[in-house]
Amino acid sequence: MTPPTDLTCREMVELVNDYLEGGLAAGERARFEAHLSVCDPCTTYLAQVRETIRLAGRLTEESVPSEVRDELLRAFRSWKDA
Amino acid sequence: MASPEDLQLVRALRAGDEVAFMMLVERYGPAMLRLARMYVPTRVIAEDVVQEAWLGVLKGLDGFQGRSSLRTWIFRILVNTAKTRGQRESRSIPFSSLWSPNPESEPAVDPERFRSAGDASPYGWLDRPTSWEGVPEDRLLSQETLDHIQASIDGLPPNQREVIRLRDVLGWSSEEVREALDISATNQRVLLHRARSKVRAALERYFQEEMTKA
Ligand SMILES: [Zn+2]
Repeated sequence: MTPPTDLTCREMVELVNDYLEGGLAAGERARFEAHLSVCDPCTTYLAQVRETIRLAGRLTEESVPSEVRDELLRAFRSWKDA
Repeated sequence: MASPEDLQLVRALRAGDEVAFMMLVERYGPAMLRLARMYVPTRVIAEDVVQEAWLGVLKGLDGFQGRSSLRTWIFRILVNTAKTRGQRESRSIPFSSLWSPNPESEPAVDPERFRSAGDASPYGWLDRPTSWEGVPEDRLLSQETLDHIQASIDGLPPNQREVIRLRDVLGWSSEEVREALDISATNQRVLLHRARSKVRAALERYFQEEMTKA
């Protein structure tokens, strides 16, 4: 199943993030894309990492505990009045 | 670089606008608390650090040059405050190691899922990933899926957890994260790579179970 390219699938999964981050040198990027063009499972893998990033973007942060918030507001007011 | 919104917020804070201040507290407070907690021994001290950092922010407003984004600047103050406090609390761990990835290798995918070196297709997929394209959008974005992602992020080592939160949950750029946390490009990249790989793997297991159930 491995296509005729010098990057193996096991190497590909370690390069996915650098690829997405624009961190691959031109030659490496070309090898990465050449592998993708002939390898379905690696294409699926890349799509899953992209999907993971998209879904993580839908999470919301927890909220600040109310006593911390109250204390910060008090601190802000005394800074303002100072 | 500071955005027009950043500059507007700075003006509002200087004018004593409580709504603007509380908006920032809500937006960055949780991340500030978690980060502070990485440098100091207790939650109570971390809350103290956050308060001290905000006071530092307010006192420093006149000196805000807008060379970095407002949030990067706020987090730089937070991290510096936390480091100073951490030293005072005599934490023995060197802070630089907080952001160093675990030196042991953490493969993105279980090596068992690839063929062996001697195979006709060396290191090709043996147990290939199943596409999620068949998973309906409302399933992907369901609260249950999101809770699952949240739980897998919470289970990461703290340095990986905070980097993926800033990058992917809060949507910061890699430059902002590096600047805010004062970490190297390499460390940021490795931590993010490991975090994303693990969260993907957790999601894969989750969807796999879902598909077998169906
Ligand atoms: Zn492949």
